[in-house]
Amino acid sequence: MAKTMFEKIWEEHIVAEPEGQPALIYIDLHLVHEVTSPQAFEALRLTNRKVRRPDLTISTVDHNVPTDDTRAEEIKDPIARQQVETLRNNCKETGVTLYDVDSSAQGIVHVIGPEQGYTQPGMTIVCGDSHTSTHGAFGSLAFGIGTSEVEHVLATQTLRQAKPKTMEIRFNGELKQGVTAKDMILAAIGKMGTAGWTGFVVEYTGDAIKKLDMAGRMTVCNMTIEGGARAGLIAPDDTTFDWMKGRKFVPKGEAFDAAVAEWRELASDEGAEYDELLEIDCDTLEPHVSWGTNPGQVAKVTDRVPSPDDFDDPADVTSAEHALEYMGLTGGTSIEDIEIDRVFIGSCTNARIEDLRSASLIVKGRKVASSVRAQIMPGSTLTKMLAEKEGLDTIFKDAGFEWRESGCSMCLGMNPDILVPGERCASTSNRNFEGRQGKGGRTHLVSPEMAAAAAIEGHFVDVRDWETE
Amino acid sequence: MEKFTKLTSIVAPLDRANVDTDQIIPKQFLKRIERTGFGEFAFFDWRYLEDGVPNPDFILNEDRYAGANILVGGRNFGSGSSREHAPWALMEMGFKAIIATSFADIFRNNCMQNGLLPVILSESEVDTIMARALRGSGYKVTVDLESQTVTDDQGLSAKFDVDPFRKNSLLEGLDDVGITLTLGEAIDSFEEKRTARW
Repeated sequence: MAKTMFEKIWEEHIVAEPEGQPALIYIDLHLVHEVTSPQAFEALRLTNRKVRRPDLTISTVDHNVPTDDTRAEEIKDPIARQQVETLRNNCKETGVTLYDVDSSAQGIVHVIGPEQGYTQPGMTIVCGDSHTSTHGAFGSLAFGIGTSEVEHVLATQTLRQAKPKTMEIRFNGELKQGVTAKDMILAAIGKMGTAGWTGFVVEYTGDAIKKLDMAGRMTVCNMTIEGGARAGLIAPDDTTFDWMKGRKFVPKGEAFDAAVAEWRELASDEGAEYDELLEIDCDTLEPHVSWGTNPGQVAKVTDRVPSPDDFDDPADVTSAEHALEYMGLTGGTSIEDIEIDRVFIGSCTNARIEDLRSASLIVKGRKVASSVRAQIMPGSTLTKMLAEKEGLDTIFKDAGFEWRESGCSMCLGMNPDILVPGERCASTSNRNFEGRQGKGGRTHLVSPEMAAAAAIEGHFVDVRDWETE
Repeated sequence: MEKFTKLTSIVAPLDRANVDTDQIIPKQFLKRIERTGFGEFAFFDWRYLEDGVPNPDFILNEDRYAGANILVGGRNFGSGSSREHAPWALMEMGFKAIIATSFADIFRNNCMQNGLLPVILSESEVDTIMARALRGSGYKVTVDLESQTVTDDQGLSAKFDVDPFRKNSLLEGLDDVGITLTLGEAIDSFEEKRTARW
């Protein structure tokens, strides 16, 4: 019978399916960071259990770490410092590899996994972080888990999972200049809402997906969770293999060729059936900007902020009222008339080298508006080094951007990088929830290109009209 | 894990869709390395005014809902971040069950791992409970996991679904790791095959 890629990976990883229990699935790669792991390690200690496969577990510090020049020093916030110290001790005690702030491999966990070549097609990957869906861009089944499940994976290298349903999201057509992977996923979530894919694993297909580079595919898969699905998948192809080749933990030489031959078999079979299908037309797709307080509240850049009366469902009306009040916006305002105070280019959604290159093309030879504070937090230390080698840092700094160190930073503001109440930010991150970037902060989700252009103009602009050198 | 069998309690209403885990427990409180100490910070931005005084406009601060062990919420409750600190915070606030039309997947799993029962009911049933909880004071429901029902003394009798494995774990207070370790041989043999291949 024709199988979907999800079914192939799922079946390959079933350890046991005891009567009346969810399947026990083997986990090939477990990514760990400082925030959601301390209680899991502590529970192992209390129950006298060991980390079963430290060799399949890697960790880094990303959520708490400062991105300014105090990075090499001890973290000032004593509770954050203790959390980072705890991870260091836990890794030392259990033999788990840690990429600390002094390592070039340090970075946002979902950036470094692929960058170092840990993330590979056909794997099952988990992390105590909802954006683990990112790794699905390589054709791996990757999803976020809670701390109790982190403990479960540390102790058993398996996870109990009810089998999800499958959904195909087919992006037809071709993206126009200035329209990006970020706009594809924002449009899809806008269409289905933030719970539209709950209970599903999504496979992204179609011509526009095939043409995306790996960074774009990671952006799409990254935000799968914002549509409610825990995992998003894209079939690996030559784009995937070319991107992976030569990375540190990817097989080399003949082993690589053998692996590629196997990875090619992962794609869903012709005629495989999904439980649901959603189609998005990319020929007419425009850059998107979120206006509200969840990632489903988005508008085209040429559009206006909606009014609560524009919605039919009473819950949507109330949500829009709350969102407009929190965001300090009035229905009917043109998106391009929204003025911003801050720009954040960063996060596991959009801080890869490809994202920085795209943003630099917009910024080159221009200046950040005097009313705007703009910052770039590269996705990893390696990304930062590579960008500096290419001279991107100079382009950004010359334009007036702050060029910072790597970490999750202002995506969620666990470190000192936060908005102050009322500040409005064009952000390349993934969540515009109330207070996400700082209490009272107002987040608008956009692509790196849109964020860069907004930094220059001081308000949102249609980046499709932008001329680059 | 704490057992969940049957519970009768006042219902606290939170009539909002898409209550995300960033709202339930904001990021500045995620730095603790313990599983405890989150309750006082639950719903922090809604619950307290600038000076740390309880916000009188936040419904869960109202006296009539004091001591509630059951929360009724809007659809897609618990969306966003995977932080298990969210169910930890809700449990420390006193909640043992949450009723909504839908939950985000990771949050729902996290609740189950901690003995906080997520109950999915139909829109009309949730609307009924929400309206009754909003109306007066002292409105109570009974959530019975064994019979998978939610009832009140005004004629509500609603059935809900729960995975049989999760139901048993909740009723018995069993933790997943212990159960899985009984399948150690299956994991061993899976790993042997896997090592041969990789």
